[in-house]
Amino acid sequence: MTSIVSSAVPMPDAVLAPQVASAGYWRSVLQRLHRDPVAMACAAILLLLVLAALLAPWITPADPFKASMLKRLLPVGSSGHWLGTDELGRDLLSRLIYGGRLSLTMGIVPVVLAFVIGTSIGVLAGFLGGKINMVVMRTLDVFYAFPSVLLAVAISGAMGPGMSNSLLALTIVFVPQIARVAESVTTQVAKLDYIDAARMSGAGTLAIIRVQVLGNVLGPVFVYATGLISVCMILASGLSFLGLGVRPPEAEWGLMLNTLRSAIFNNPLVAALPGVMIFITSICFNLLADGIRSAMDLRR
Amino acid sequence: MPPYERLLIPMPPVTQLVRSPDRGGPVQPLLSVRNLVKHFPVRDGFLARTKRAVHAVDDVSFDVAKGETLGIVGESGCGKSTTARLIARLMLPDSGGLLFDGDGVDEFGGMSLQEYRRNLQMVFQDSFASLNPRMTMEDTISFGPREHGVGRQQARTRARALLDRVGLRPAQFAQRYPHELSGGQRQRVNIARALALEPRLLILDEAVAALDKSVQAQVLNLLQELKTEQGLTYIFISHDLHVVQYLCDRVMVMYLGQVVEVGPVAQIYSAARHPYTRALLSAVPSMDPARRTSKPPLSGDPPNPINPPSGCRFRDRCPHAEAVCASAAPLLHGQGNAAHLAACHMTMAGSGHSAAPALEIHV
Repeated sequence: MTSIVSSAVPMPDAVLAPQVASAGYWRSVLQRLHRDPVAMACAAILLLLVLAALLAPWITPADPFKASMLKRLLPVGSSGHWLGTDELGRDLLSRLIYGGRLSLTMGIVPVVLAFVIGTSIGVLAGFLGGKINMVVMRTLDVFYAFPSVLLAVAISGAMGPGMSNSLLALTIVFVPQIARVAESVTTQVAKLDYIDAARMSGAGTLAIIRVQVLGNVLGPVFVYATGLISVCMILASGLSFLGLGVRPPEAEWGLMLNTLRSAIFNNPLVAALPGVMIFITSICFNLLADGIRSAMDLRR
Repeated sequence: MPPYERLLIPMPPVTQLVRSPDRGGPVQPLLSVRNLVKHFPVRDGFLARTKRAVHAVDDVSFDVAKGETLGIVGESGCGKSTTARLIARLMLPDSGGLLFDGDGVDEFGGMSLQEYRRNLQMVFQDSFASLNPRMTMEDTISFGPREHGVGRQQARTRARALLDRVGLRPAQFAQRYPHELSGGQRQRVNIARALALEPRLLILDEAVAALDKSVQAQVLNLLQELKTEQGLTYIFISHDLHVVQYLCDRVMVMYLGQVVEVGPVAQIYSAARHPYTRALLSAVPSMDPARRTSKPPLSGDPPNPINPPSGCRFRDRCPHAEAVCASAAPLLHGQGNAAHLAACHMTMAGSGHSAAPALEIHV
């Protein structure tokens, strides 16, 4: 190995010196994120919610499905039911914890799927450019033309109610949005000289995309997708609210909001709690996305 | 070796890229550019037929000799950079071709594009945009060799050696990102990356234009050293005539997508034959206050490249323009000196221009 180099240029000592441990791009992003109190607080809340959802069977004080006619609509702070009970007398705290399982899944899974599909489509279209780009993006624009709520309801309604169908519907809603962001970022990156330099080095299209393009595109798209999780949760809740998503007696925040709405005049605080959960989760995802966005700016 | 045989014999792992050997000998040009044409269609509006086109490069031919530095000069928009991108095949010409050391480039029976690009590298003007902001210097330099099959460790070691060669201490710079470097340091990295593939020809497209003067001088000296050390050939594109005079062996002057004059640097700077070249050279600021420029050497803007003037493209700015200049396009000719060519009716015998020398008719 040494001989190879010494034949071309003299080998300096520095080349052989032990390498200084490099921070690496993502590690430096994490470091900066650690110094952002808002983002860290949001991350902590989200972590708590996810943990609670995962550990639901062990931490819930009561059976979330056990109804009791005698204990209907107990107010917040009742003994044995800290957050009260719903219209069928089920413990609301337990249902909120269990509801997190479905609500978080419905919020995250479609965005993850759409991130993978949308980024692939957007990056390829943006990098190849020309007619391919035009055909792909105009096709996606057809989906983009509808308001996302309408589109989700329409697709979900056409495929029938059920959790997997609404997951699919939400994925279809978000693919064009993510693809558009990925495409516009890729188009900007593809114009830069370092892509030309990579072409000059004789690398193939896929190698250039993998090594040179993706690293510069994934960041902004990831931030955008994180922001979409909150939208997705609200849409999923909306679908459940309309009876197109999860069906009773499953616990899901949107569905709970739906069934509790009849009690809004009797016990407004209890009726609002599922909505509060949706609000907290989505705002945490949004603020975390903002934090990641500023942490990813290398020049700060 | 035909491709099917390559499949049968296991290829040994590449440990290092070796510079391709010389084939045609010193007389054969390293690169011959033949009649390159590139027009960019202009859209007049929605659904409009594209009839008009920007004549970015119009029938440009020239040779680059082995081991020389050819300077390409001209105003902004004269087609210098388009020519560079056409040579680098980052853009395909409408017509015309390239011969690299006698081999047709990217054509049947010729040299493959991948092989050609390994022999030819480019350094761009914008040192920041030409480095991937998410890659360390070491990764940037070793990307090309890795794509050509050099192992990770070899490529890294080589990248560090190259960093050292361009004057950046590897221990300090190998793991840095582009925004942590100054403009001059970044341009050194760009040069190191270009050298990593062991090219024979380097295109320097305004490579030092964005650097300040003291850094410019350092980078130019580095380029000179590398050239003699590694036997490189340069195409140096610039609008800085001082730098061209310092660095180049031959100069090619372009105007509106065409070559108007080409010759050895001394002859161009002392005895330019084309009025445009003379105007260009008289615009160079002098260090002597007694020789300050008092009147503008040239008035007006270059004509619109969408509809270039008929005949000689320089005629509507040329003080010597006559009727013949509008009717016929002058060809590059040598006046008995094949090394110094100019495209002007005034020096072409029998062209019909009043200043042209008489046509000698040998009976």
